[in-house]
Amino acid sequence: MNGMEDRHPYYRALTRNMILIIVLVSFTPLVLISGLIGYSFETAYREKVVAHLKELVRKHQQNIDGFLDEKMSYIQVLADSYTFEELSDEAFLTKKLAVLQQAYDGVFVDLGVVDDRGVQIAYTGNFKLANADYSGAEWFRAARTREHFISDVFLGLRRQPHFIITVKRNTGGREWLLRATIDFMAFNSLVGSIRMGETGGAFIINRNGEFQTDPRIDPAPNKDYFLKLFEDARLEGFPSSRPSGVEKAAFPSRNRVRNVLAGNFDHQGRNCVYVATLLKDGEWLFAYEQDTREAFPELYRSRRIAIAIFLLGGLAIVFVAVLLSRRMVQHIRKADHEKESMTEKMVEAGRLASVGELAAGIAHEINNPVAIMVEEAGWIEDLLDDEEFRNSENLDEFKRALQQINNQGIRCKEITHKLLSFARRTDPKPEEFQLNHLLEELVGISEQRSKTRNVKVEKNLAPDLPPICASPSEMQQVFLNLLNNAFDAMPPSGGTIEVTSRLDGEAIVVDIVDNGHGMPKAILPKIFDPFFTTKPVGKGTGLGLSICYGLVEKLGGKITVNSALGMGTTFHVHIPVCQRQEFLSPSSSETSNNGRSGGDAVTRGNVGRR
Amino acid sequence: MKAAGFKVLLVDDEEEFVRALAERLEIRSFHCEVALCGEDALRMIRENPPDVIVLDLKMPGIGGLEVLRRVKERSPHIQVVILTGHGSERDREAGERLGAFRQLQKPVDIDELIRTMNEAYRQG
Repeated sequence: MNGMEDRHPYYRALTRNMILIIVLVSFTPLVLISGLIGYSFETAYREKVVAHLKELVRKHQQNIDGFLDEKMSYIQVLADSYTFEELSDEAFLTKKLAVLQQAYDGVFVDLGVVDDRGVQIAYTGNFKLANADYSGAEWFRAARTREHFISDVFLGLRRQPHFIITVKRNTGGREWLLRATIDFMAFNSLVGSIRMGETGGAFIINRNGEFQTDPRIDPAPNKDYFLKLFEDARLEGFPSSRPSGVEKAAFPSRNRVRNVLAGNFDHQGRNCVYVATLLKDGEWLFAYEQDTREAFPELYRSRRIAIAIFLLGGLAIVFVAVLLSRRMVQHIRKADHEKESMTEKMVEAGRLASVGELAAGIAHEINNPVAIMVEEAGWIEDLLDDEEFRNSENLDEFKRALQQINNQGIRCKEITHKLLSFARRTDPKPEEFQLNHLLEELVGISEQRSKTRNVKVEKNLAPDLPPICASPSEMQQVFLNLLNNAFDAMPPSGGTIEVTSRLDGEAIVVDIVDNGHGMPKAILPKIFDPFFTTKPVGKGTGLGLSICYGLVEKLGGKITVNSALGMGTTFHVHIPVCQRQEFLSPSSSETSNNGRSGGDAVTRGNVGRR
Repeated sequence: MKAAGFKVLLVDDEEEFVRALAERLEIRSFHCEVALCGEDALRMIRENPPDVIVLDLKMPGIGGLEVLRRVKERSPHIQVVILTGHGSERDREAGERLGAFRQLQKPVDIDELIRTMNEAYRQG
């Protein structure tokens, strides 16, 4: 029965809808709030990290520019302090280099003086570059046009990466250049020391896309991107750290702080964040790049945690939704079922009530003519007492016949009375009455049924039982139900049902014993559960015994059951007796109308009411 | 049964029944009057109040319960015995509440009826 209900499409749809609603209502705020907070957090955190990186880059920009400016100014001081002749003296130059190297540990590699033809007329350093001809060198052409010049990194004649600083001076109409070589490694350490995590690193790139430092990370694939960025920055008039034409004294320029670009780009499935700025009058681009995942570790960690919480929470929500909905629908299903059986019972009660009305009407209709018959018979009886009939030979026969009419009239009355007393019992008000009378009545009602079913109903009722306080209609329901069950348990061949009543201490025990098919032990604990039935679908509501149980419990009694498969079933109903002293005698408790059957009915009217 | 000789009013719409009953009671020295409907009964009670009324409940026009109510209203000392085919439980309760002395069911044994009437008369 339950299994069938579970598959009922209505309840399935109900369950589904409830799950959907619960999940939707729970998830919507969850998604909205986590989205909102996540977005705010991400934005704030990104800004913080990027600001930090910008600061880092800005500081390095200052460092690098400061480094270059410092070296440049030293060379300028050197060029201004000494004459061309002095500097052309290699011994003097060597001395100066020694001073420089002492002051700046290994930054200056060599010094040289180059005349206007590009020939290095003086040189000091580890390379044999005296009289080297630089007239074809790119840096030479660039250096000749400016007062001071810092070259890109190049290999040059020595075949080692380095860059040079030149200062142009004019002596006697002839231009000459004081040239210093800066050790690449010393410069490189300025930039290369910016290194964070696995993927974070900085590098300098020139306008041709050549690295000016040794990129410890490999940004080569992104070079085009940075070149474009470089171009864009220049085209947009992005102010360089040192506007051209302004001398070194302008340091530190205030706009530098704002000169930092930040953004991110996708590269080979990796998302990278970059921070970049221009160096050396916009000739170099100083860039820092890092994998987003590494740059914003907190973000990714909290995102992972949030996703984990979301997934677990979502799972819990779905689980609870399913569980709650199932349980709720189970309850609804049960309530529906109860309502249905309640409606059935109501219909049944209504039907019984109308049967009662009908019976009352019929009783009236039958009793009236019967009353006339009896009255007329009584009239004849009265007349027979007259003198003229005294000696009639058939007088006794007349009297016998009249008595018969009287008896049959009384029988009619009894029949209608039985009918009424049965149909009338819808009142749940408790009253004191004799349980035996009710049992006798019920057995009497079952007689017709027992004949057709070949079932023998034996009653074995203890005499002089004290009355009980209960609603006769409810007791009737209890015992009728148990009797019906006993009948239903009978095999087609028939059997015996025994109804016994006895006094056991303060309770009357009624045993209803059948020798029907019995019940397996496994189901015995369940038979009083609502909706438990062994009858085929539609035949039993499964409510009968549970209602009996409830009614008897209400009185402070109990129902127990013994059963053996194939042997039969015994129900023991314990009902407490009335505690009130005046009802201990059965005859005094008898109200004029309840439950009497048989000969009692004739004298019923005499008992009277108190 | 010893005749009591008090005045009895029989109220019933079943004429055959009530006439036969009246005759039998007359034989037993009761002074009986018969009313076949509630209106007649009320009129007769007004004109010549009886000691005991034997009243049917189901009658056309004014029913037994209404007659009972009015009698008890005006002259509560008159005892009323209800004799009916078989009223419903509701009627039974209503009769009791309105002060009927007793309710008997048709067909009734004449001796039982007389016994009841005597009791009622003594009560009144």
